[in-house]
Amino acid sequence: MGKLKYALYTGCTARESTPELLKSTLAVAEALDIELVLLDEATCCGASHLQDFDDFLSLVLNARNICYAEKLELPMVTICNTCQLNTSLTKERLDNDEELKNKVNEKLREVGLEYKGTSEVKHFLYALIDDLGVEEIGKKVKKPLTDINWAAFYGCHNIRPSELQMHNNGGENPYNPTSIDELIKVLGGNNVDYDHKNKCCGFHVELQAPNTANKLSASALTDAIDNNADAVVTPCPLCHLRLDVQQHNISKAAGREVHIPIFHLPQMIGLALGIEPEKLGINHHVTEVDFIN
Amino acid sequence: MEELAKKRLKFKVFRFNAETDYLPHYDEIELEVAQDEVVLDILNRIKWEHDGTLSYRRSCRHGICGSCAIKVNGKPVLSCKERVFDLVKIFGEELVLDPQDKKRAYKDFVIDKSNFWEKYNGVKPYLIAEIDEHPESENIIPPKEADKIEDADYCIQCGNCFYACPVVEVNEEYFGPAAFVKAYRFTADVRDNAKKERLEIVDKIGPGVWDCVKCFECAEACPKELSPITKITHLHNQIFEEGVAKNNVAVRHAVGFKHSIKKHGILDEGELVRYSEGNFGVLKHLPEAIAMFKKGKIVPPWKMPKSKNLDEVKKLIKSSSTKKF
Ligand code: SF4
Ligand code: SF4
Ligand code: FES
Repeated sequence: MGKLKYALYTGCTARESTPELLKSTLAVAEALDIELVLLDEATCCGASHLQDFDDFLSLVLNARNICYAEKLELPMVTICNTCQLNTSLTKERLDNDEELKNKVNEKLREVGLEYKGTSEVKHFLYALIDDLGVEEIGKKVKKPLTDINWAAFYGCHNIRPSELQMHNNGGENPYNPTSIDELIKVLGGNNVDYDHKNKCCGFHVELQAPNTANKLSASALTDAIDNNADAVVTPCPLCHLRLDVQQHNISKAAGREVHIPIFHLPQMIGLALGIEPEKLGINHHVTEVDFIN
Repeated sequence: MEELAKKRLKFKVFRFNAETDYLPHYDEIELEVAQDEVVLDILNRIKWEHDGTLSYRRSCRHGICGSCAIKVNGKPVLSCKERVFDLVKIFGEELVLDPQDKKRAYKDFVIDKSNFWEKYNGVKPYLIAEIDEHPESENIIPPKEADKIEDADYCIQCGNCFYACPVVEVNEEYFGPAAFVKAYRFTADVRDNAKKERLEIVDKIGPGVWDCVKCFECAEACPKELSPITKITHLHNQIFEEGVAKNNVAVRHAVGFKHSIKKHGILDEGELVRYSEGNFGVLKHLPEAIAMFKKGKIVPPWKMPKSKNLDEVKKLIKSSSTKKF
């Protein structure tokens, strides 16, 4: 197998409120000998809100982001579920509608770009699982996660709508996703079975409906805790922001103390690969990670 | 003829009688199931051959009346449409059969669906138009106009999306996906005269489209594959097109992305929250902001990263914007 190489669409949070996600992604890629080229030209994907206001503008901006991966002739990897949704949704709509693609390209051409549809778009999680393979990752484990109970929290937009994402996620079933659980096992940890692993954290209504958001997060985290999880791991920085930063509000909604460390997926992998917690940005968490020394 | 493949499977069947029971329980039964059997065949076999007291709804057996909807291992299905073998592929050889909403069970799989119908009726699910009973000529709708309704009128009111929606579970006011599909079915219909009135109804914070968490559970749950969340996006778009959008936190949040992208390409997270909440409202986020700042999670304005080739982005925003607020 040749060296794996991707264009990395970081999204916004990895450059602002979850710097630990970018740090740990780059550290893990290096340890696994994967080359990531940062797409510094890319803009925000609109986070599944911009298209509510201006659908066409959202398409043009997302298409522009993909153009830069196409220019490099590389598949694009995302590290945020919602970036994955908006980017792959744009791709699917343009690839299946010549007229719409032409309209978008008319605008892109004015700035010297053209959307062709030649780059795949997948989440880093599935690049690891489908392109590299869990066994390969398992071979590089230096510090197995023995005796740690991990609750995988998949996040909506990597697994739904399955009609869209099944092409990018190895056919993960939205009612019974398994990829992160498989990964946990190969890293030497225990995967926690709980009902809420494929449910919503409520992030997208955090501002206009905080009660809804906190109740949804509360159901998820109390379910994980009641099933003996020591930590939650998620591939989505928006889930991470909600579950890590908001635990005081989530506790109020739950009517009980909710305290559990939340990890980004590459942080968990990095620990097992023997990377220093500091290099994985564990110090950036609002909810202290109290079981790693 | 080749014999159909068979499997011995274990079913856990939800049982509850609101008149006699405090709590539900599960009956366990093992059955030999053939490749071509659907979930409704299993319910029928249990009722006819094992326990005549089992209650469930069904009528058409053709995926069109919407009455046989239940959940299997949490997955919303139409019993008459869903093959048991397909479920085994996802969940393995033990299947748990539940009503759509356990809290609303009267008897076994028969639930009180009144909350679904109340919301459905709340969006005025009928055409509002002055009908000329003796028109001089036909009232022709060109295909281009008819196409705008998309598949919204294929809804069979099964409630699968509604009982899969996490917001319905935590916010009693929320209309839920099926009612939004119906609302859109009429806002997209050129014959209807109540577009604005309908949009005002679904624009309200609390019951309306702004409370959708965008989880796509509804799209996954719909047996007619009509993606309710896509209709919700269309309703958002119409809310702006028809000038119905209010100056509130949810609307400013959607619009704020454009402003932020114009400035930096990537989002200025702090600025988006300030823009959405207003200078005063933003103060309620102070505790989180302080906690985040201490952990290096807040980039100060003078360090805000910008996308490369930002002039390109500015040009595109100018040339490709289609909405105003
Ligand atoms: S996408 Fe919105 S309407 Fe659909 S299930 Fe999720 S919250 Fe409910
Ligand atoms: S939108 Fe689909 S899932 Fe929802 S009630 Fe209608 S047919 Fe059933
Ligand atoms: S019995 Fe009518 S839809 Fe299943």
